[in-house]
Amino acid sequence: MANPDSEHIVPDHFDSAEQAFDASKMGLWLFMVTEILLFGGLFVTYIVYRSLYPEMFHEASGHLNKILGGVNTVVLICSSFSMAMAVNRTQFNKPRQAAWLLLFTILCGVTFMTVKYFEYTHKFHEGLLPGAHFTFEGIQHPKTPLFFSLYFMMTGLHGVHVLVGMGLIFWVWTRTLRGHFSSRYYTPVELTGIYWHLVDLIWIYLFPLLYLVG
Amino acid sequence: MAEHSHHKSYLEEGGVKSWFTTLDHKRIGIMYLFTTMFFFAVGGIFGLLVRLELLQPGPLFSPDLYNKFFTLHGAIMIFMFIIPNIPAALGNFFLPIHIGAKDVAFPRLNLASYYIFVGGATLLILSLLTGGVDTGWTFYTPYSIRTATSVVLATLGVFVMGFSGILTGLNFMTTVHKLRAPGMTFYRMPLFIWAIYATAIIQVLATPVIGITTLLLVMERVLGVGFFDPKLGGDPVLFQHFFWFYSHPAVYIMILPGMGIVSEVIPVFSRKHIFGYKAIAYSSLAIAFISFIVWGHHMFVSSQSPLANFLFSILTMFVAVPTAIKIFNWTATLYKGSIQLKTPMLYALAFIFLFTIGGLTGLFLAALSVDVHLHDTYFVVAHFHYVMMGGTVMGLLAGLHYWWPKMFGKMYPETLGKISWAFNFVGFNVTFLPQFWLGSDGMPRRYHDYLPQYAHWNLVSTVGSWLIGAGMLLMFGYFIASLFKKEKAADNPWGGKTLEWQISSPPPVHNFEKTPVITEGPYEYGQP
Amino acid sequence: MFRLLSRSSLPQASTLAPKVDVLYDFILWISLISFVAVIGALIYFVFRYRRRTESDKTPYITGHSVAENAVAVGLLAVVMAIFAWGWIGYKEIIQSPAEALEIQILGRQWLWQVEYDNGRTLVNELVVPKGKPVQLIMTSADVLHSFYVPDFRLKQDLVPGAYTKLWFEATEAGEHQVFCAEYCGTAHAQMFAKVKVLEPEEYARWQAEGGQAQVAATTGGKKGAAHSVHLAVNLAEKGRQVFTQKGCMACHAVEKGKILVGPSLFGIFGKQETLADGSKVVVDENYLRESLMDPQLKLVKGFPPLMPTFRGVLTDEEVNALVAYVKSLK
Repeated sequence: MANPDSEHIVPDHFDSAEQAFDASKMGLWLFMVTEILLFGGLFVTYIVYRSLYPEMFHEASGHLNKILGGVNTVVLICSSFSMAMAVNRTQFNKPRQAAWLLLFTILCGVTFMTVKYFEYTHKFHEGLLPGAHFTFEGIQHPKTPLFFSLYFMMTGLHGVHVLVGMGLIFWVWTRTLRGHFSSRYYTPVELTGIYWHLVDLIWIYLFPLLYLVG
Repeated sequence: MAEHSHHKSYLEEGGVKSWFTTLDHKRIGIMYLFTTMFFFAVGGIFGLLVRLELLQPGPLFSPDLYNKFFTLHGAIMIFMFIIPNIPAALGNFFLPIHIGAKDVAFPRLNLASYYIFVGGATLLILSLLTGGVDTGWTFYTPYSIRTATSVVLATLGVFVMGFSGILTGLNFMTTVHKLRAPGMTFYRMPLFIWAIYATAIIQVLATPVIGITTLLLVMERVLGVGFFDPKLGGDPVLFQHFFWFYSHPAVYIMILPGMGIVSEVIPVFSRKHIFGYKAIAYSSLAIAFISFIVWGHHMFVSSQSPLANFLFSILTMFVAVPTAIKIFNWTATLYKGSIQLKTPMLYALAFIFLFTIGGLTGLFLAALSVDVHLHDTYFVVAHFHYVMMGGTVMGLLAGLHYWWPKMFGKMYPETLGKISWAFNFVGFNVTFLPQFWLGSDGMPRRYHDYLPQYAHWNLVSTVGSWLIGAGMLLMFGYFIASLFKKEKAADNPWGGKTLEWQISSPPPVHNFEKTPVITEGPYEYGQP
Repeated sequence: MFRLLSRSSLPQASTLAPKVDVLYDFILWISLISFVAVIGALIYFVFRYRRRTESDKTPYITGHSVAENAVAVGLLAVVMAIFAWGWIGYKEIIQSPAEALEIQILGRQWLWQVEYDNGRTLVNELVVPKGKPVQLIMTSADVLHSFYVPDFRLKQDLVPGAYTKLWFEATEAGEHQVFCAEYCGTAHAQMFAKVKVLEPEEYARWQAEGGQAQVAATTGGKKGAAHSVHLAVNLAEKGRQVFTQKGCMACHAVEKGKILVGPSLFGIFGKQETLADGSKVVVDENYLRESLMDPQLKLVKGFPPLMPTFRGVLTDEEVNALVAYVKSLK
């Protein structure tokens, strides 16, 4: 089901569709690099404080819910798979299948955010809050608030990326339903896929660093 | 080339409204140019106010007001003028033309970058209207956490403008890789493009770090996360590492494009092939690379470990090598040339003169034991003004004069150009040379008032700043007046060989009638 | 321009200063030679090869990699020499002799508090013996500061929540200016102190006398009482000295209507002031004393809560003198 529209997509400053696709892909990869560097700042902060207070990280990490964290990890891995399949289906001119896969991916995102919501409210309730607002009394180490600052900053920034990713997938989904993509033109699907894999990848690092210390 | 003249120039099509939604890289470049030059004027006024306070000992403004002046001077000049100016204004305009392309790879993203930049700048301006910021442009913690001034708005502004820089950088990198015209090999690209390309790499790789740093600082103030706050168990020196990990490379974001312009102007006004093309091209990349591993030289007395100081000092020394090669090659290009001292060339020569001083005084600061004495004194202030203003701004002015007839199709007045150059060049030295002596005599920077022994050179310095003010005012005046001139500029007034001089002035909407095919390098002068 | 060839005009008042200056001079000469070579060539070329006709012929020269490499290698050798020299000097700066006299420094907005081993505290004044290594152990109560003594060519940041060290051996008796070199807010440019370098015997005498005076003042002992008759004569005069020594003048003007960080103290005694919470207070001895010890308790309206406490810093005697001085400001 090749859409005649897809011929129009090549902007006139490109010589060919292939050149346009290559350029878009390069641009997105560069953007991915900047995203990793953005999180890199937080990872460095994590490394600095963990190397200073390893026993505190061990103790504080015990107060995170490993099971919910694990569930979320599985959910995101599944969503990455369905996203990859959606790209594949689009390339093979199967937009209906692609649309279902995209919808499934969005639902995975919703599940992830819901689980995060319950995790967060539980932390708020216990007073396991970042920095100055920390009121929990179950951990003695005076630097413990730093761990929860890191927890909220890292998962919070990641959560924002999940939301942005869901928005992008939703946009791609509606365009898929309208038949905008085919084997000739699927750049937005592919690029959104790359972005979503990055979001997944970052979580794959966050989960052991925060939930499975020690 | 006369056959282009029947094409509409990019300036003619559509009304004022069409500018706001334009996807034309040339128009976006011009919008950046006007925006950043406006901020240059605003930052300049703050700079003049700083010098006015320091005219003589004793207070003129209150200390708090002065502290806001120097903070805004620094923040506006760096984030709203020097970083975006050459790449986003002149780079936007000439990058696609120089490589024979119709536009940048992502025109819509390009326009978005502009609006994001304006949004970030607005936040910074808002911080000014809501009481200003008094942290210095470096936002050092924990002072920036404690001060009651408008730090959140200002740092959010920096965050947003950084985002704009990232998008511009990745747009340019992609453009260079994917949109070169047939025959335009990397080694046939003008050196300006090499410089813009190296700059784009740094923007993409370094800016995210200032993004997360400013975000964390905002979170410090809003949520009290405590990473940089000793009261909450954090480490204020960690902030300095984060800050300089971006801001040192940012110094090269600022200087590399200026070097690129000088590499264009010198061959054209000497009618000579550039001396050592590859060495200049690769030294841009080398500088970009080294820029990432020298940030700690801002922190020699910060309580950083001696080992770190050892490494950062030795690595910093390496910067001297690619920099000196550039200076050597520019000077060697003049040898046996046919040198014409038009205003752009005068600015290019001023660049070499001042940047050499800026570079050499960097050696004092890179040497550990001497830096312990000179750190955070006026010596540092003089050093970076020689690099940033003597370097980048002189490079920018060289480029502005050089490309003015191309961008607007009108020539600037040559005699006034030279007079203004003389004011700027002399004024610059009168302002900043004495600051080296103030610094080696021990006057610390960011001082609202000073001891009487420093009065003498401060007076000279302030008088110098008025000379610069006069020079710049004259320049702004004749540039604006030239836009209303009837007389059209020639398509190639300087005899340039790069592609922009082969099309009409101002360029047609789509740059080239048909995609050019490139068969030789950009500096093929004096071939037998 | 006459300054071009001479280094700083500062005295060399520490053992390290001459060593730093020698390297400074070395780099200065290297720089001047390089600068004259480059700019000399540039100016010569611009005149020698100026455009004479529009059809000037120029040779086709694209580069000379041997020359470029020679510049690179030659320069690398020079900068490595500068690096090594700088590192050797720096190692001396960071390695304090074992037998150094230790003194604690606390930086706070905007004064320097100095504490000796015997508990003696000074403000904005560091008294040290000549010819003996001194080790400063420094920290900050609020934000970053930097302890900078240009005459010694030494500087070290003070970091809140951590200790930093700086050692020196003074070689010149007399007073040496201390600046704060790390921006710290409103009165950063007034955060001054003096290093007073005494001959060793003089220093020993000063330490012995001072220690007693301190004890006397804090216990209100007989010796203090005996002094008080003499002091009462010009208590206000002594207050004026304390006012300068302890850094009050950085934030409080004594001229009419001039506002620095805090209110001007001119004519303030006996006046009614409105506080931040809207209540009123008459400025009397008790209010002045309380404001020195708990400055934030009754803050005058319109001023930020910036003043540090002087509890434990000022002796009773000094507080009395300050009160007398404020009374005299009319």
